[in-house]
Amino acid sequence: MQDHPSHSDSAIGRVEVKETTCYMCACRCGIRVHLRDGEVRYIDGNPRHPLNKGVICAKGSSGIMKQYSPARLTRPLRRRPGAERGESDFEEISWDEALELLETRLRRLRAEDPKRFALFTGRDQMQALTGMFAKQFGTPNYAAHGGFCSVNMAAGLIYSIGGSFWEFGGPDLDRAKLFVMIGTAEDHHSNPLKIAISEFKRRGGRFISINPIRTGYSAIADEWVPIRPGTDGALLLAINHEILARGLFDRDFLIQYTNAAELVVSDEAHDEAGLFYRVETEAAPDCFDPQDRLWWDRASDAAVRARTPGVEPRLLGAYTLEDGTAVKPAFQLLKDRLADYTPEWAAEVTGLPAATIRRLAHEMGVTARDHQIELPIPWTDCWDREHASVTGNPVAFHAMRGMAAHSNGFQGIRALGVLMSLLGTIDRPGGFRHKAPFPRPIPPCPKPPNDPAAVRPDTPLDGLPLGWPADPDDLFVDDEGEAVRLDKAFSWEYPLAVHGLMHNVITNAWRGDPYPIDTLVLFMANMAWNSTMNTSEVRRMLVDKDEQGDYRIPFLAVCDTFSSETVAFADLVLPDTSYLERHDVLSMLDRPISEFDGPVDAVRVPVLPPKGECRPFQDVLIELGTRLGLPAFVDGEGRRKYRDYPDFIVNYETSPGSGIGFLAGWRGAEGDQVLKGAPNPEQWERYVEHGCVFHHQLPPSYQYMRNWNKGYLHWARAHGMIRYADPIIIHLYSEVLQRFRRAAQGKGEGRRPPPRLRERIATYFDPLPFYYAPLEDGLIDAERYPLNALTQRPMAMYHSWDSQNAWLRQIHSHNYLFVNPRVGAAEGFADGDWIWVESAHGRVRCMCRFSEAVEPGTVWTWNAIGKAAGAWGLAANADESRKGFLLNHLIAEELPEHAAGAHLSNADPVTGQAAWFDLRVRVYKAGPKEPAITAPQFAPMPRLPGQEPGRGRWQAYVAGIFSKK
Amino acid sequence: MHPAFSVILLTTLLGAGQGLFLAMFTGQLYAIAHFLPLQTSGFYASGSLLALSLLLGGLAASFFHLGRPERAWRAASCWRTSWLSREVIVLPLTMGLVAAYALTHLLGWTAPWFRVGALAVDLSLILGVLGTLASLALFVCTAMIYAAVRFLEEWHSPLTVSNFLLLGSASGFMLAAAYSAWLGNPLVGFFGTWAVILTLAAALSRGAHLLRNARLEHRSTVQSAIGVRHSALQQKAQGATGGSFNTREFFHGRSARTLRWVRAFFLLTVFPLPVVLIALAHAEVSSTLALTAFAVQFVGLLAERWYFFAEARHPQNLYYQSVS
Amino acid sequence: MPQLALVIDLNVCVGCHACVTSCKEWNTSGAAGPLVDEHPYDGSPTGTFFNRVQTFEVGTFPDTETVHFPKSCLHCEDPPCVPVCPTGASYKRADNGVVLVDYDKCIGCKYCSWACPYGARELDAQERVMKKCTLCIDRITDDSLPERDRQPACVLACPTSARLFGDVHDPDSEVSVAIRERGGYALMAEWGTKPANHYLPRHKTRMHIAPEDLERVDNPLRREDLTDYTGEESVDDVAW
Repeated sequence: MQDHPSHSDSAIGRVEVKETTCYMCACRCGIRVHLRDGEVRYIDGNPRHPLNKGVICAKGSSGIMKQYSPARLTRPLRRRPGAERGESDFEEISWDEALELLETRLRRLRAEDPKRFALFTGRDQMQALTGMFAKQFGTPNYAAHGGFCSVNMAAGLIYSIGGSFWEFGGPDLDRAKLFVMIGTAEDHHSNPLKIAISEFKRRGGRFISINPIRTGYSAIADEWVPIRPGTDGALLLAINHEILARGLFDRDFLIQYTNAAELVVSDEAHDEAGLFYRVETEAAPDCFDPQDRLWWDRASDAAVRARTPGVEPRLLGAYTLEDGTAVKPAFQLLKDRLADYTPEWAAEVTGLPAATIRRLAHEMGVTARDHQIELPIPWTDCWDREHASVTGNPVAFHAMRGMAAHSNGFQGIRALGVLMSLLGTIDRPGGFRHKAPFPRPIPPCPKPPNDPAAVRPDTPLDGLPLGWPADPDDLFVDDEGEAVRLDKAFSWEYPLAVHGLMHNVITNAWRGDPYPIDTLVLFMANMAWNSTMNTSEVRRMLVDKDEQGDYRIPFLAVCDTFSSETVAFADLVLPDTSYLERHDVLSMLDRPISEFDGPVDAVRVPVLPPKGECRPFQDVLIELGTRLGLPAFVDGEGRRKYRDYPDFIVNYETSPGSGIGFLAGWRGAEGDQVLKGAPNPEQWERYVEHGCVFHHQLPPSYQYMRNWNKGYLHWARAHGMIRYADPIIIHLYSEVLQRFRRAAQGKGEGRRPPPRLRERIATYFDPLPFYYAPLEDGLIDAERYPLNALTQRPMAMYHSWDSQNAWLRQIHSHNYLFVNPRVGAAEGFADGDWIWVESAHGRVRCMCRFSEAVEPGTVWTWNAIGKAAGAWGLAANADESRKGFLLNHLIAEELPEHAAGAHLSNADPVTGQAAWFDLRVRVYKAGPKEPAITAPQFAPMPRLPGQEPGRGRWQAYVAGIFSKK
Repeated sequence: MHPAFSVILLTTLLGAGQGLFLAMFTGQLYAIAHFLPLQTSGFYASGSLLALSLLLGGLAASFFHLGRPERAWRAASCWRTSWLSREVIVLPLTMGLVAAYALTHLLGWTAPWFRVGALAVDLSLILGVLGTLASLALFVCTAMIYAAVRFLEEWHSPLTVSNFLLLGSASGFMLAAAYSAWLGNPLVGFFGTWAVILTLAAALSRGAHLLRNARLEHRSTVQSAIGVRHSALQQKAQGATGGSFNTREFFHGRSARTLRWVRAFFLLTVFPLPVVLIALAHAEVSSTLALTAFAVQFVGLLAERWYFFAEARHPQNLYYQSVS
Repeated sequence: MPQLALVIDLNVCVGCHACVTSCKEWNTSGAAGPLVDEHPYDGSPTGTFFNRVQTFEVGTFPDTETVHFPKSCLHCEDPPCVPVCPTGASYKRADNGVVLVDYDKCIGCKYCSWACPYGARELDAQERVMKKCTLCIDRITDDSLPERDRQPACVLACPTSARLFGDVHDPDSEVSVAIRERGGYALMAEWGTKPANHYLPRHKTRMHIAPEDLERVDNPLRREDLTDYTGEESVDDVAW
C-alpha cells in the first residue's frame, strides 16, 4: 500500500456514482453504485433513501461478488434432445428459439385449457406483473412464495387489524417504550429494523425477545424468553388472559375502534349463532361495512345502534334482545374463551414459568396504561368526532416467520392481533403503525374467481389469481366443493390461502391431483432444493415418468440468474439479469416500501449492461404476452402496445384512464401528481433524479389512527389506494371465520365443505383465537421425535442466494446443527461430533455444535447453507455440499393420511402456510466408521454452457479486474 | 503457534553451525594454550567451512519463511528496535567472520602479528574471537526474536536464550566430535566431553523451561479478550468457516497426544541418547556412532524446535476457538 | 497528536457482518487492496479480511447472553507490531495515529503478526505481504469526498450505528464522550498496548412493577361490575 498524506479514488480512474435499489434481499434499500472506469468499485447505502438512510448490510456490501459470480447464467439453454432431465445436459439456443418454443407451447395451452400452464415465482419483487401475466393468460395457477414464507402473518393480522408487519406495517420504535419481538428471522426487514432497534435501545427502551433461539436481534434483547417452538399462541392467549383479568386493557379503544362491544348472537340454536346481530340500516351506496350492529347501552340497559354518540356500551354480560335473541358482547365471548388459558396452563405448553408469563403481561399492560403518549396532532375520526391530539400506548410488537410457519400459526397470530388491540396500540404512536396502502378493509377487496367457469380458453381469468375471501362464496371450488387451482388454494382445504401454496405445486402436478398440467414456469424459486419441503422426493418427482415414458410434469422452464439446483431440472433455461443490469419497480400494486408517514415506492435502473445474453424476466414476460396477443399487451388490432418493460411501466394503467399504474410518483403529464394521474413519459427520469425512490409524506393528521381517520381514508380513496372510505373496525371477533365455520356446521344457506373437511373447518375457523398443538404432532409418533427442529436465515445470507458469493460464503460456507449441551449429554455425543437428525420422513447427517443459546427442546441450523454438489457455481468439493446440509429433506410437504384427506398439505388449515417449523426430530451419534461428510449427497451438477469457468485458486478483485499475479 | 519447517530448519541449522564454529575455535584456543595438540589448518578450515555451510543452509531456509524474499535486504534497516533486523545483520557478519576464519586457516595466514605476553596473536585468533562474539550475538539475536515477544509467554523468558545458546552449542560440539571422529582425530574426546557438558546444561535449561511453561498461567483470558466478565464464556463463531491466516499461523493443528509424544521424543533424542552414543563412540572409537550421536541429536532438535513452536499459545488464539 | 479510532458498541451490535463485507468491498479496490481470496468457489474458502465479526455465548441456559464481537486492528497507541518490523514497513502515522503497513517494504516475515496479541493482522496468501485495517485511510484523507463520507466504510455501513469513529485524544469528540460516559474499555488491557479502539459494554433496561401499578383506580372492569341473575328465589323471599 502506497501511503500518502491524502488519497483520492478519483486520482486512480474516472469515478461515477449511480443510484439504484438493492436486491441482495427483499429489504430494498437505496444504494449508490460507485463505478471506476465503468466497473463496480463500491456499493454503499444511499444516505438520502428513507428506508436505510445510508446504511447497508453485509449482503448489500457484497453485491459486487453477485454481479461477477461464476454461477451466473448467460445464455438461454435447452435440454439436449435425448438427454435426461436433471442431468444438466444443455445446449445453447438463441432467445428467438427460446421465445418461439415457449410461445408455441403456451399458445396451444391457452387455446385448449389455460390452467395447464402454471407460473410460480419465488422471491421476486414483481408479483404485480407476473400475476397480471397469469390472469391475462387465463390460468389460475399462479402464486409467489408467500405461501411458504409468511402468509399466516399477513393473513392473521390483515383479517384482524387490516394490516400486518414488514411491508404492511410495523413497530413504531421511535416512540415505543417496550418492544416485544416474537420469532423473527435474523434478516427480516433487515436494515430499517436494525436502525430502529438500535435507536430504541439507545433511548433506553426495553426490548424483550420471545424466541427459542438467542441470536441476531435477540442477542441484544434486554430479556430473552426461550419459548418452545409452536407454542407462541398459548403464551399470547395467557398474556391476554392476564391483561383481561387485571383490567390492563384500553377500554375506550376497544369500544370505539374494535368490534369488542358489538353484540353476537350467543344462542347456539339460533340460525345466526356466532354472527353479529344486524339491524336494517341505510347503507351508503358505496359502502363496505354498514354500521348495522348493536351495543348494549350501560345507561338505558338496552340495545342501541353501535357507536351511537354519547352511549357507553357494556363490554361484558349476557343480554336478551326484544325479539328474544340471546346476545353477548364479543368481548364477553373473548373473556369466556380466555378463561381457561391461565398462565399456569400456558407454562405447561410453552416451557416458560407462569411467573414470567404474568410478568410479561404486567409489563405490557402497565407500560401501555401508565406511559401513554400524547402528540399535539388534531384529527377527525370517521364519526366526525374531532380529536385535539393523537394518543398512543407505547408497547410495540414485531413478529414474523417464527410464529407464522406453524400449522397453528394463523390462530396464534390472531391472538397477537387481539393482544395488540387489547393494549390499544393499532396505528397509534409507540405501537403498531400501518404502511400504505394499508390499512385496507377487512378483508381487502380483491377476490379470487369463485367458479370453475372463470377459466376459459383464449380468455383472461375472470377474477384475480389471488385475493381475500370473505365468505364461502368467494372460494374457488367446483360443484363438489373441490379445488380448481393446482395448489388447491381457496378450496375448503385452505380457504384463506391468500398467497397460494407454491410448496405443493410440484407434488400436485406430479400426482395429477386435482389435474395434470403441461407446462410449469418457475421464476427465481429454488424448488429443487431449499424452497421445497421433502427435497429428495420432489427432485425425484421432477424427473419421474409415466407408463408411456413421458415426464409426469411434461415441460419445465426455469428463469434464474444463477445455476441453482432447480436449473438442473429445466427443459428450458432463461438467463435473468442481475439487479444492477435492469429496470424494476417496487410498486404500490405489489409490496411497496412505504414508511409509517406515507407511501413510498422505488425503482431499479441499470447501472451496467447485461452480462452475456441475459435478459430481464419482465421483458421476457411482456414479449411473450405480446406474442400471445394477451389483451393487456396488444391493442385492438393485436399490435404490440409496449416497446419494452420501461415503456410498459410508464404507460400501463390498471384500466384505461384509471390513472393508476405501477409507479406512484411523478404521475400526470406534468409529473406533479401522486399515486393517481395520467402516465408521465418522463417518470423514469424523475425517479432517477430523486435517488430512484418516491416518498409521499402525509400531513401529520393523516399519519395515525388510519383505520378510522376520516381525512386519511378519503384521501386514500381519492388517490386510488383503497376501494372504500369506511372505518376499518378491528376484528377482535372474526365474523369472517365464523361464516366458514357455519357452513361446516350446516347452518345458513350456501356452500358446504365436502364431508371429509367439515370437522376441520368447524374446528379451525374459530372466530376467536385458540390454541392447538401443531397438526403433525398428532399424526406422527411425537414421542419418538421429542425435539423441534428449526432453521433461521443468517444475516449475511439471503436464503440460498449467497453461496455463490465469494465473500459471503466465507462467513458461512457450511452449517452445523445447534443443540443444547443437555441434548448432547443425553444422547452421548460431544460438541462437533457427526450426528444423524431423523424425522418421521427421513434423516440427514451433519455436524453438531453445542449452544447454550437454544431452548433444550429445540435444535436448529442456518437455512439453505447446504447445497447440492456443483450447484451455484461451486466446485463439487465445496464445503456447502461436503459439510453443509439441508433440513428440508426431513420435512414432509403433506400430512400423513387422516380423516380429512390423504394428501393435505403440511400447512396451516386456514391459510395453507407451509408448516416448516412444525418439524420434529430425534438426534443420535453417527457411527464411528461413517464418512465425515453430510448425507444425503447428490451427483455433482456440471458447469453449464455459457457459465464462466471457475476462477481458479486465487481471486483478487480490483474494480472489475481480477488481477493475476 | 504453527511450527513452520523453514523456521525449524533455520534455527537448528544456525545453532549447529554457530556451535561448530565455537567448537573449532575452542579447539584452537585449547591448542594455543597447549591443552590440546595443535591441529592442521585444514582441520579448522574444513570445520569452519562445514559450519559456514550450515549457516548458509539456515540462511537458505530463512528465505522460505519470507513472503517476499527478494526484499530480504530491507530487513537490515530497523536494528534499533527489531531483533529480527539485528539477526539479519549479525547473521551475515557471523558468516563472513566464519568464512574469513576458514580462509585464514586455509591460506595459512597464521603468522603471528604481535604478541601479548606469551600469546602470539595471529589473524585467525582475531577472527576467531570476533567470530565467537558474533556467534554468541547471533544466538542472542535469534533467541530474542522469540523471547522478546512478550505476548508469547512460553517464549518470553531468558530460558529461551539459554536454550538456543546451549542447544545450538551442544549440537555444534556434537558435530565437532563427529567431525573429529570421522577424520579419525583424537579430539573426539575433547569435543565429546564439551558436547556432553553442553547437552547436560541444555537439558537443565530446557527442562527448567518445560517446567516453567507447564506452570504458566496466561495473562490473557477469553474474558479479557472480549471484555466480558463471566466464567462461562465460549466462542461459537470466529467469523469465517473456511479458516483464516489467524487459524493457520497460530495453531499447530495437532492433538495434545501428538504434542506429548513429540516432547518425549525430543527429551530422549536430544539429551540422553546422544550422550550415551558419543560416550560409546569415544569408548569404541567409532566414527559411525559419533555421527549417529550428532544425527540423533539434530533430529531431536528438529522435534524440540517443533515443540517449541507448538507449545506456545498466542493470546490471539482466544479469538479463534470455534467455528460455526 | 490526534489518534483516530473506532468505538464499538456491543450493546447494539446484532452481528450482521455489514462491517465485514463493506470493509472488504471498499478496500479490495482501494489503496490497501486487493484483498485476495483463496479457493473462492471451492472447499475451505479463505481470504483476507480486515475486520471479522465473531460470536460468543455467555452463561448457561436459560441465562444465556449472545455477544457479537467485531474485531479489527485496534490502532494501539503503543503498537507492539511496529518496533518488531525489521524493514520499517509497519508504522504508525504521525498525523492521525493510524497503524499501517507499507506493502512495498513488507517482506512477509509475519513477525508483526506474532507481536500483535489481538490477531489483527493477516498475511495475504497471494501477495505475501501483511495486511490490516487502515481505518480506510484512503477515505478519511480524501478531501474530495463530502465530509459525511470521510469515514471508514464499516462505520458508514453499520445499520445499528454500533461503530463510532473519531479522535480519542479530543476529549469532546463523540468517541471520547462515549468511552467516558458509557464505560468504554480496551481489549486485553493487561498488555499495556493502549489500544485506541474501545468497546462499549452491554447495558440492560429493566422494568420494575410495584403492586400498586396493578391495583388500579382506572381498572375498566369496574365499569363492568355486574353479576347476572335470572329472577330465581332469594333469601329475601323466604326469611323473616
